[in-house]
Amino acid sequence: MTEITHHISDHLLDAYVTGNLPHAFSVVVAAHLSLCDACRARAEAAEILGGALLDRVAPSAMSSGAKERLLAALEDTSPPSAPIARSGIFPAPVMQALGGQPPKWRMLGGGIRQQILSADREGSLRLLYIPAGRAVPEHSHGGLELTLVLQGSFSDSEGRFGVGDVETAGDEIDHQPMAGMEGPCICLAATDAPLRFRAMIPRLLQPLFRI
Amino acid sequence: MHHGDARPASEENGFLSNDKTSPTQPTLWLLAVRDRRDRTAFLQLFDHFGPRLKAMLIRGGLRDGSAEDVVQDVMLTVWHKAAQFDAHRAEASAWIYRIARNRRIDLARRKPPPEPDPLAEPEGSEPDAPQILALGQEASMLRRALEALSPDQAKVLEQAYFEDLPHSRISEMTGLPLGTIKSRIRLGLERLRRDLKDLRQP
Repeated sequence: MTEITHHISDHLLDAYVTGNLPHAFSVVVAAHLSLCDACRARAEAAEILGGALLDRVAPSAMSSGAKERLLAALEDTSPPSAPIARSGIFPAPVMQALGGQPPKWRMLGGGIRQQILSADREGSLRLLYIPAGRAVPEHSHGGLELTLVLQGSFSDSEGRFGVGDVETAGDEIDHQPMAGMEGPCICLAATDAPLRFRAMIPRLLQPLFRI
Repeated sequence: MHHGDARPASEENGFLSNDKTSPTQPTLWLLAVRDRRDRTAFLQLFDHFGPRLKAMLIRGGLRDGSAEDVVQDVMLTVWHKAAQFDAHRAEASAWIYRIARNRRIDLARRKPPPEPDPLAEPEGSEPDAPQILALGQEASMLRRALEALSPDQAKVLEQAYFEDLPHSRISEMTGLPLGTIKSRIRLGLERLRRDLKDLRQP
């Protein structure tokens, strides 16, 4: 495994730790933390701060009987079932987004495949499969885009991204990622613009026809 | 219950133990729950964190009754997931904060938040006392820095950690003097690296 060189910014990491990051982005961050020791340590440092704030908040008394209710619940509840675990190249957060199943790819043309994992008002999350040496059509997006490499690599105007690397792209970046020659590239991508499927697929396909 | 006499005199400053060679009192309680399923220790955790969690959840917009229900959920999760607590990487307060945050996200979005791959302690590994001590020292540095903030600065942090703060506003936290301390906390990075390497072996 090569060294991870593209990390999560402080801003996004703080938003993740405090629970203020939309779902699609938080899956990408959790997947990156699964692969990146340095960012996991940073996130845990930010959680220490959360714990310190919790410790010093002015307490609000629990109602009488709360303790008895809790003790009764200890007897009555069984431990939650184990969460879905990582599998192959997919860290646990990705497997959870996949519902524990292998990806069901949809062909987008030019050998590029994708699976939408979630899409709501706050953003969308998808897996992308790009054959070796192939470029994803140039695209712009309505805001923030986070792309985490899970297999292979891609390169664009911002540099080379290998397994575990995250590209953070804003509006200003007009990029055309190209998969490395070593093999197919699989990545997890979150955007905050809602996906419009009918409009998006032709837009993705159109430049491909010109290749 | 005799929680009154179990509390050290330093409760006001967040259970900083005077003796810097041992974990905080809540962390010791959580370890007793993890290792011995100690119900007395569990109720001491509840006495300490229950009212604080409730206050935090009310700050986050929950009504009194729902806040208490969520506290119950959080404490049950603490009981059931105690085996996953790793004193090398977290104190009880941070670990419980994370559980409460996840529960809040789960309720707000109606789907559980993603969690990174668990890092299991290697089978039969012994506690690494210097590592636990280093974590405690770094955490108390952070607590002291927190006490030194102005009320306005502390308020931004509490908004971010307890309430819904749009991620565009999170950058207000970045300018706080805590950044330097936070970035120095490596939390046993070497140990993490070791664990992750094991995990990555096919």
